[in-house]
Amino acid sequence: MTVFNLAIELAYWQQTVIRSILGLVAVLLPAGTLVYLYLFKMMSFMQSRLGPMEAGPYGSLQLLAEVGKFLQKEDLFPRAADRVVFKAAPFVVLASTFLLVLVLPAGPDAWFINIDTGVFLALAVSSISVIGILMAGWGSASKYSLIGGLRAAGQLVAYELPLVLAVMGVVIQAGTLNVQEIVLAQANGEIFGWGGIGNPFIITQFLGFVIFLIAIQAELTQPPFDMPVAESEIVTGYLTEYTGMRFLLFFIGEFATAGIFSALAATFFLGGWYIPGLDPTSNLFNLIGPLVLVGKMLLVSFLIFWFRFTYPRFREDQLQQLAWKVLVPLSLLNIVATGVLKVVF
Amino acid sequence: MNLEASTQQLSYIANQASDARVNIELETEGMTLNLGPQHPATHGTLRIIVRLDGEQVVSAEPVMGYMHRGYEKLTEVRTYPQVTTLVNRIDWLGSFANEVPFILAAERLMEVEAPPRAQWIRTALFELSRIANVVLFLGDMAVQLGATTPVFYAFRDREFVLNQIESVTGGRFHPNFDRIGGIKDDLPKGWIQETKDVLSRIHSFCDEMEDLVVGNEIFQTRTRGIGIIPADTGLAYGLSGANIRSSGVDWDLRRDGGVGLIHDQLDWKVWTHPDGDSFARYWVRLQEVRESCKMVSQILDGIPSGPIMAKVPRIIKVPPGEAYVETENPLGIMGYYIISKGDLVPYRVKIRSASFNNVSITPWVLKGVYVPDVISILASLYFILGDIDR
Repeated sequence: MTVFNLAIELAYWQQTVIRSILGLVAVLLPAGTLVYLYLFKMMSFMQSRLGPMEAGPYGSLQLLAEVGKFLQKEDLFPRAADRVVFKAAPFVVLASTFLLVLVLPAGPDAWFINIDTGVFLALAVSSISVIGILMAGWGSASKYSLIGGLRAAGQLVAYELPLVLAVMGVVIQAGTLNVQEIVLAQANGEIFGWGGIGNPFIITQFLGFVIFLIAIQAELTQPPFDMPVAESEIVTGYLTEYTGMRFLLFFIGEFATAGIFSALAATFFLGGWYIPGLDPTSNLFNLIGPLVLVGKMLLVSFLIFWFRFTYPRFREDQLQQLAWKVLVPLSLLNIVATGVLKVVF
Repeated sequence: MNLEASTQQLSYIANQASDARVNIELETEGMTLNLGPQHPATHGTLRIIVRLDGEQVVSAEPVMGYMHRGYEKLTEVRTYPQVTTLVNRIDWLGSFANEVPFILAAERLMEVEAPPRAQWIRTALFELSRIANVVLFLGDMAVQLGATTPVFYAFRDREFVLNQIESVTGGRFHPNFDRIGGIKDDLPKGWIQETKDVLSRIHSFCDEMEDLVVGNEIFQTRTRGIGIIPADTGLAYGLSGANIRSSGVDWDLRRDGGVGLIHDQLDWKVWTHPDGDSFARYWVRLQEVRESCKMVSQILDGIPSGPIMAKVPRIIKVPPGEAYVETENPLGIMGYYIISKGDLVPYRVKIRSASFNNVSITPWVLKGVYVPDVISILASLYFILGDIDR
């Protein structure tokens, strides 16, 4: 397999440059794909309309047109806004997204960082976005923004817990916090001695997968958990006062995070970059691994967007009840069951 | 009083005072939120001043009049046939229904009665405009609760109803079709069969909404037990239409009113719901669309032949007198009080529109609810801004 051998010797700075560029691609590409494929097209087909059709074939260049429009807009500030906080908020949200993509492995050697506490890092940096959203809500000096920001903070803190606890089952089963090794544990795993498809954790951790999906839906503030941006009551919550470039940054942040959370779900529960039938150490995976990961990511995010377009939203107290009274006990139960079964088998 | 006791007493008083001070310091100031006049949920220019304690509403006060167009005054300088053009625009989603009570009141003053065929066609269009109106509510309520999809289905299927109205009257939104003594034109060729197809489409739309919205658990948790209006309170505030029927009051002017429409010759049912909450209001309206479909299909089968205009003079002068006619319009009871002095124009017209009264209950019903429920309750009360402000 020398054809696919990519292990070229590169200097550290060369690797860093390549990784930075690929990181940008890894954030922007899923965001663009999700927006076009699901937000523009799938949503339209579900709602018996065509969606964008004019810009490019089947409206495929619509996204570029939208970005161009946002870039041209004036950078407005509300008069009473806290300017520094208002300006910085979108970057804080986006920073959380960029940090989140770091831990994702896309092949045996295709990773940004490979550390033993990858899961811990991912879950820690994912909550930085709460600070950004609170900053946006407070800095806008608008009542709608303030309500939206506070709702968002309450919601994100509440759903952080089920998110973390749902992953704990995977961590216990794989026996490691290293994301790469979680993928390998699934690739090399066996289902009662049969190793044909490895052991994707969705089979044993189905409850964890469901809780994880619900929690990321809430973390992304998408319907049915979009109370913080509920456009029919508090306009768009913390986004109300943003226009142009800064709104675009929030927008990219939201959809890129949707993509990366889906990729994380795919990595934790669906086997990540691995597809059955090949040797997981094969160099081939450095090439097709990213594509496999994107494919699985699209599968998971399809579910996210499907729920998004179908359900009405929960009220603030109802979604808090769902988090604390249902999801947290269930995920604790999942951890206990996983731990007991791990010891027994 | 000895010294010891007095120090104890003083310290007690001091404690009380400091507690009181802390309480005053801790008491958070309420926030006043202006919902509207420009707000995505009011689909128009209704302003609601809400005083909030956290997310809870302390008091709510609707401010109307941002869309006041002065129709009552304008009618005084319009001849009777010209008035229908104006009143079309009161409830713009079911506009034909606005013309009917005015025309009926004028007919009562002139002592004219429309021929049977005209009455049947009038009733058919009256019910079609109800369908066109309430179908949009069925989708809009869901969109207020955050589900974006149903409203597109509503617009999709409402389009066919509007097409049928257009092919009879020539106007999609503002037909201006009703005349004193009858209607303007007869039905076009093939209209009856086409309308039957449209009705089956609306039937399947209702089934779709029953599955997609009414059966949805989140929709039920958001609407059941929210915004309960007891029957006597609702009647005291002058609620009408589906809003009062969903509080269990069995009162429908189409059955009980006995004015110049032919609902009493049709086989249909008045739906009520005992709960009086937002869910009941949605459910009752859903059933009413089905009943309207039933009525229209019966009308299509049994429509009599004959003339469509009674004998009325070319230049309409209404004899002096007063008349008040109210009908069960899509939003509730709509009535016109006409005073005529025998001129070409009415001397005074008072319009009683349903949404004005339906909105007036908001200070009572919104007290103590959460901000998200403000929107769902307002959506379920279902007002049209033109119908509030006239």
